[in-house]
Amino acid sequence: MRNVTALTQRELAASFLSPVAYIVAAVFLVATGYLFMSNTLVDGGEASVRSMLNSMAWLLVFTMPLLTMRVLADEFASGTIETLMTAPVTDIEVVFGKFLGVLVFYLVLLATTLVHVVLLFVYGATDVGVVIYGYIGMILLGALYVSVGVFASALTRYQLVAAIIGMGVLSVFTLVVDAFAAWYGGTWREVLGYINILHHFGDFSKGIFDTKSIVFFISGTVFFLFLAVKVLESRRWR
Amino acid sequence: MTKTFGNLRAVDGISFTIEEGEIVGFLGPNGAGKTTTLRIVTCYMPATSGSASVAGHDVFAESMAVRRLVGYLPENAPLDVHMRAREYLNFRGKIRGLDRAARESAIKRVTDLCWLGDFIDRPIHQLSKGMRQRVGLADALLHDPKVLILDEPTIGLDPRQIRETRNLIRELAKRHTLLLSSHILPEVEATCERTIIITGGKIVASGSPSELKERIRGGSRLFTEISGPGAEVKKAVSAVSGINNVNCESDNGWQRLTIEPEKGSDPREAIFKMVKEKGWTLRELRLEVGSLEEFFVQITAGQMQEVQS
Repeated sequence: MRNVTALTQRELAASFLSPVAYIVAAVFLVATGYLFMSNTLVDGGEASVRSMLNSMAWLLVFTMPLLTMRVLADEFASGTIETLMTAPVTDIEVVFGKFLGVLVFYLVLLATTLVHVVLLFVYGATDVGVVIYGYIGMILLGALYVSVGVFASALTRYQLVAAIIGMGVLSVFTLVVDAFAAWYGGTWREVLGYINILHHFGDFSKGIFDTKSIVFFISGTVFFLFLAVKVLESRRWR
Repeated sequence: MTKTFGNLRAVDGISFTIEEGEIVGFLGPNGAGKTTTLRIVTCYMPATSGSASVAGHDVFAESMAVRRLVGYLPENAPLDVHMRAREYLNFRGKIRGLDRAARESAIKRVTDLCWLGDFIDRPIHQLSKGMRQRVGLADALLHDPKVLILDEPTIGLDPRQIRETRNLIRELAKRHTLLLSSHILPEVEATCERTIIITGGKIVASGSPSELKERIRGGSRLFTEISGPGAEVKKAVSAVSGINNVNCESDNGWQRLTIEPEKGSDPREAIFKMVKEKGWTLRELRLEVGSLEEFFVQITAGQMQEVQS
């Protein structure tokens, strides 16, 4: 656990020192603010976080992989993976420490979007329960996205490739399954709905409590972290 | 142990033992399998077959125990360049399980040991190659490991830094069991008690530098110049015991002889006595011990031919 803390701290420091993280954060916040302004802060706009959270979930498909691309790809590119993996730390600790590092950075980023929620309370009454539940959903969604990103970063030494793989995988479980469900309809719609991240997230942003969705996010996160550990192992062993 | 990458046998049935407190050089041309061997011993990758153990702990089954005992400097000393040297060492101390006080004193110790001085508070990306190598070495020494493994510790350094690093390595050898690799022979000759020569993933020779020298084919050579009638001088020299082969060249009444003595024999005294008896004049008598370098080239070239044929 101590190793995980050390790795998390280091990863977090690297995030806060990296210009990439700041640029990504800025772009994400500007886009979120713009969508909030044009969808919610308009005449007849719905005084709820639903629309904003849904657009954030969508934006993160393309922004999260840019935050995670560095974590393992850079270790491979610079060769520091060798010093890291010959120190007394396990592969699991490395993957989990890096996962937590980016997750904490994301949580800070997420906290800044609470500004919009404050605005909602100023301009119109809104349901506190729905806001809290929506943000719990954002945390679970973020964890899943980070785990996918860490997995993608474990696959390659090129950060850009890691980002593209991450975006690709996330797209499959969001936009692509959505398109297929719309295309085929019927039973397919239902089946594909089970693996659609945004579909599960819809419950949270609407404020519906569904253990199925919670289980989906947590098991998805664990699954991709597990894959990342296996990839890390096999890349060292080859 | 053996390690294969696809069809390539990078390490092909290597077996060796290093005693506690020994300082051993791993010598071989580039691509001989040195780094792969070191990576297996340091638990970075497992062997395809065979096993290795450090201080009684198997590198695969008791990986964490081995990692705690070993300080490893990989080739080119990869470092986290975004950090300051002190931050980096602090992080490395943390993942090695040192508490705050232990980290502080350890960093102080390695800073002095590796002459990091004021550079300890500089961002690593500002440091020169030699300085980075020292930071890497400082990292390897941070937890005062029993076993120190250095992969090409002087590669890319300037001559002054190479000398300093060698002195440091000799200093370290007093406290640690040391295994270092190099493709430069004088490097190993200057620092190590024992050398293991490896090519094509196999050990081709092993022993102390002087033992290896003795194994040079044909051994050493004698050069001598004697004034006297050519054929007779050659015949007389050949008759001296302990001589394999004599080559004679005439030069202005002087016979310049190149003599291959039998392994382990030194016929210089006998030659002098013979010359004195015959009443000739002797103006040179010199024994040339083959260099380890020659041996190294010979042995690795032989290996190359074997591979090609």
